[in-house]
Amino acid sequence: MGGKKKKYIKLFTSTFYLSMFTFGGGFVIIPLMKKKFVDELHFIEEDEMLNLAAIAQSSPGAVAVNAAILLGYRVAGMPGAIVTILGTVLPPLITLSVISLFYNAFRDNAIVNAVLKGMQAGIAAIIADVVLNLGENVLKEKDILSAAIMVGAFASTFFLKINVIYIILVCGGIGALKIIIQMKKKRKDDEF
Amino acid sequence: MTLIKLFWSFFQIGMFSIGGGMASMPLIQYQMVDLHHWLTISEFTDLIVIAEMTPGPIAINSATFVGNRIAGLPGAVIATLGCIFPSCIIVTLLARIYFKYKELTVVQGVLYGLRPVIISLIASAGLSVFVLAVWGEGGFSLNPHSINMASVILFAVAVFILRKWKPNPILVMLGTGVIGGAFYLIRN
Repeated sequence: MGGKKKKYIKLFTSTFYLSMFTFGGGFVIIPLMKKKFVDELHFIEEDEMLNLAAIAQSSPGAVAVNAAILLGYRVAGMPGAIVTILGTVLPPLITLSVISLFYNAFRDNAIVNAVLKGMQAGIAAIIADVVLNLGENVLKEKDILSAAIMVGAFASTFFLKINVIYIILVCGGIGALKIIIQMKKKRKDDEF
Repeated sequence: MTLIKLFWSFFQIGMFSIGGGMASMPLIQYQMVDLHHWLTISEFTDLIVIAEMTPGPIAINSATFVGNRIAGLPGAVIATLGCIFPSCIIVTLLARIYFKYKELTVVQGVLYGLRPVIISLIASAGLSVFVLAVWGEGGFSLNPHSINMASVILFAVAVFILRKWKPNPILVMLGTGVIGGAFYLIRN
């Protein structure tokens, strides 16, 4: 029992610490998790950590939360998952609660307003940079269907204001259909 | 009723944001600004600024922020729960399937279809922020007087710096903030 308790505490403090000090979201937290849980604590093997990271990144939701659930579940079952979820979610919950308390007083200050206005331009630039990087990769593949989905999805969301969820469902369906047709074709080719 | 709406709204955000970070932004914008009017577009942009500067996933940050504003601490907790609930179910299910079958071609097909969508969604959210930075709450207009030239220049310089030297984005954001504040002090 003592060992189990120690494991839970270790899981909680590790995920709490990682979530508290990781800026920049999910793709930053995974290498840090590997360092902590594979190299330092030896809770899991490196190969397994990479598999868990792949699942975390391709599942819906926040990558950090997904990875924490998988780690906790793998190390100590369902109670472990609950402990790591708490560890990951509590730091942003506390920080943002404090910030939202001061937000209104903050927002009415003229200098703060000017700073935030400047940051709007900065955020727009950061997003533009991310889009350019990702878009380049898709266009490099010279895949017409991918490019068509990209343009169609952009027009549907920005100009037509269609619910994002429908766009995701339709395009996910198109991708699945493409693979199914490819597999059927392959099977036919194999028959001849 | 508000709590149920909050839970459901963030449940959808948690359910349909694949790829983490910026990919959840357009969903949050749609739910918070367009659908429920819980935030104005400039409050939404502030939220991104805050989320970028504070640790933790952006979806959890927004859940806490919006939940607090609408229904206090219970709102924050309910919204956060809604946001992680789909992850808990789907991730544990996927993990079991994954270890059983390893290669799921249909799942790979779905991901193939979604990758370009995620880019478009991020682009669309980025364009809304750009319109806000340059034209303000009024939105796009052809009148040259409504254009905030300082924002246009800041944007162009920031994109250039990001592409050329690939610095930490948080530094770029803080830099544009400092310049915005300094600009205000000089003018007054």
